[in-house]
Amino acid sequence: MGHPFPFSAIVGQDEMKRALTIAAIDPSVGGVLAFGDRGTGKSTAVRALAGLLPRIDVVRGCPYNCAPEAPAAACPHCSDLANIETRQRPTPVVDLPLGATEDRVVGALDLERALTRGEKAFEPGLLAQAHRGFLYIDEVNLLEDHLVDLLLDVAATGDNVVEREGLSVRHPARFVLVGSGNPEEGELRPQLLDRFGLSVEIGSPTEVAERVEVIRRRDAFERDGGAFLSQWADAESIHRDRISEAQHRLDEVTTPDIVLEKIAELCIALGADGLRGELTLMRTARALAAFTGESSVTTAHIRAVAPSALRHRLRRDPLDEAGSTSRVNRAVDDVLG
Amino acid sequence: MHAALPDRWEDALRAAALLAVDPDGLRGIVLRARVGPVRDAWWRLYEALLPDDPAPLRLPGGVTAGDLRDDTDLAATLAAGRQVVREGILTRAARRRLVVPMAERLERAIAAELGQRLDGEAAPAVIAWDEAAEAGEGCAPALADRLALSVDLDGLSRRDAAEDWAVTPKDIADARRHLPNVAVPEQVLADLTALTLSLGVSSLRAPLFALRAAQASAALVGAEEVEADDIALALRLVLLPRATRLPAPEAEAETEEAPIPPEEQTAKPSRDRTATEPAEALSPDAVLEAARAILPPDVLARLLSDPTTRRGGAGTGAGDERINLVRGRPAGTIRGRLDRSARIDIIGTLRAAVPWQGVRTPAGNQRVAILPQDIRLKRFREPRQSALIFIVDASGSAARGRLAETKGAIELMLGEAYARREDVALIAFRGADADLLLPPTRSLVQARRRLSALPGGGGTPLAAGLRSGAALAEQVRRGGTTPYLVLLTDGRGNVGLDGQPGRAAAAEDARRMARLIAGDGLASLLIDTANRPQKAAEDLAGHLGGQYVALPRANAAEMSALVRTARDAA
Repeated sequence: MGHPFPFSAIVGQDEMKRALTIAAIDPSVGGVLAFGDRGTGKSTAVRALAGLLPRIDVVRGCPYNCAPEAPAAACPHCSDLANIETRQRPTPVVDLPLGATEDRVVGALDLERALTRGEKAFEPGLLAQAHRGFLYIDEVNLLEDHLVDLLLDVAATGDNVVEREGLSVRHPARFVLVGSGNPEEGELRPQLLDRFGLSVEIGSPTEVAERVEVIRRRDAFERDGGAFLSQWADAESIHRDRISEAQHRLDEVTTPDIVLEKIAELCIALGADGLRGELTLMRTARALAAFTGESSVTTAHIRAVAPSALRHRLRRDPLDEAGSTSRVNRAVDDVLG
Repeated sequence: MHAALPDRWEDALRAAALLAVDPDGLRGIVLRARVGPVRDAWWRLYEALLPDDPAPLRLPGGVTAGDLRDDTDLAATLAAGRQVVREGILTRAARRRLVVPMAERLERAIAAELGQRLDGEAAPAVIAWDEAAEAGEGCAPALADRLALSVDLDGLSRRDAAEDWAVTPKDIADARRHLPNVAVPEQVLADLTALTLSLGVSSLRAPLFALRAAQASAALVGAEEVEADDIALALRLVLLPRATRLPAPEAEAETEEAPIPPEEQTAKPSRDRTATEPAEALSPDAVLEAARAILPPDVLARLLSDPTTRRGGAGTGAGDERINLVRGRPAGTIRGRLDRSARIDIIGTLRAAVPWQGVRTPAGNQRVAILPQDIRLKRFREPRQSALIFIVDASGSAARGRLAETKGAIELMLGEAYARREDVALIAFRGADADLLLPPTRSLVQARRRLSALPGGGGTPLAAGLRSGAALAEQVRRGGTTPYLVLLTDGRGNVGLDGQPGRAAAAEDARRMARLIAGDGLASLLIDTANRPQKAAEDLAGHLGGQYVALPRANAAEMSALVRTARDAA
């Protein structure tokens, strides 16, 4: 079966599931960085969420997944079309392989057309395919620095601009960037860490009962996918609807001044560099409030999402033995009481 | 007590049978073995099980990431004048068997792509030959984690590799049909999961693979449900190779369960199996016994003694090309085969093609007739990576302090390692030998973990430290990285290479090692840690052909600053 494992059937991994849900509700939060060993279900979770989200309408034949009701002005394909046909497709999840070259990611001159017909044409890359979906990078700490820079830039602006080899192309590329990495393999530069919205620490469950349930469900899914999917269909559609409602309600959620002050105090207490920490924390808390159906952000929301939003932005102190998560929690206790 | 070697061969054959029964569930096998008659024998027996399956594909040496995917075959397109698509290796290998030779030298990028494909549908069944000679190297983890079975044939001789085996293709076909009917008792699932945890295996794929292996094993004998022998086999083939620690032996001295009897050399899989309960197969004693039987002695020793050591290859195997085709600073143009992993130099290509236009006819829609030999690729030069190898004297009473300061210096350097593209490693020598406490890494997290408990005291095997350092430097070099040795000592060894005390022999051995290092062209720095600078240390630095600095009360910050300066000047 081609359908991914159901999101609601994932055992545990609550922080990861919440982070992905929030990123789906409000993509401006920024990407999600998942730290953890291999085999802990990171890519499963991303695919599962994409499978949960409603199918999107796209222009038939458009390699950039343009929305039919508003084909991007910048889309080279759709701006030429007189007659737009639509079709539906699942939310895209694009994997960025480890050895990917810049050409493949960003897109390049279509060599075949150039060399055989002397035509200059753009061959879209992985960024085009990921538009309106997710871009998943495994082992992001091994990816070359300039590629990570490029990806984060595109993720922030939502546009991919290619100016090379005689080409000048701009196309929309709005996606949720999800990276995974094992800190044992190497560090990510602080500047890059800071540009990911949320971080999540994933460990495999240490409780035997939880692990058994993971294996049991995985086994059931592999043996009879259809039955497993029907079993979880209700839970999936509940989650999907909640995400939809949250997206609609997002603009109406208010953030009281006192909460904003607390956010600022928290970031100062932690010595988080720059202002991204505050912005991310605010957006994340707001998305969470929208998801839980509340009309304004409270300190409870802050407390819940502060570790995700801040743990990867702290100035690295090699001589400090405490993990970042506990530093954040301590500061939260101090500031929020 | 069963002899260890025949069991390993038996297990290897059983693994072949399991893989033949359920390639989808097990995904593949890592076979650690050198090229030779033993590996050939295994392959023959495995192939004989599946006479009707299409022949396996082989991943060519020098394969690039571009070869794996479907792509426009540009050379053929140019020749034909219209688009010609070449199927990638992974497409052709879908649902077939794929042999990956020299898996320990597989480029990370290739391993990652292959691993991704293994996660999805239409995956190939991968047989990875791990031909690593060194204990430290091994099949890339991104690939190994996704292959269920693992077998080590190292050390087996042709005589041990008996070929009279009674499993037939019909047995395999029957087992495949029977597989969906094999039940797994609830308790078995729980026990397997608990065991995986106690072996320190964090990957969630492992218990699932163990389950599939046990089911395939039960299917082979037509059993209705998974039994003790099946679980024990799964333990040996799936879980123990991934173990990072072993359970403590049971404290009680009660009568042991009957050890699982070795099956006879020519035994057909039969219903006549051990009467032990599945749970007993997973008891700590049974696990330890199995571990003793199948794990290589050095791995076993490591697992039993050091709780913080991780198994498996930490190295990346074959290094990236020094002259790079995709990243770095531009460094000219070369002719080359065109695929997506290189940047084409359009101007260069056209320049090569233009003079011939008078005698060529453009094919198809071509405006300019370009042939494959005209293709020029851009060339780049990448700044070389480097590795700092600390070799620290951990002997005697001053050891603790010295080690602690070195650890501090290493952590300081790793805090900035991302900016300097540098790996750091630590070898400590004391007693009779040298230990690699920290394999080359850029990760502060790993350094912290491995260096949390540092042993000290004992004799000074200086020569052994130098020898280990030289060996590691060679390994690192083979990976395309430049090593730089930093030796912290007072220059006075008192234990020779043979592990025997004796100043004169120790000094002579140390001199010899030092000259070897110099002869290999390895750059080095000797930091004299004695309270008063020693002639012995200075002499040794001379033999090493490297720099010498006296730093009597070395502290972490001074040490790291010093190493950085010396390194940059070298």
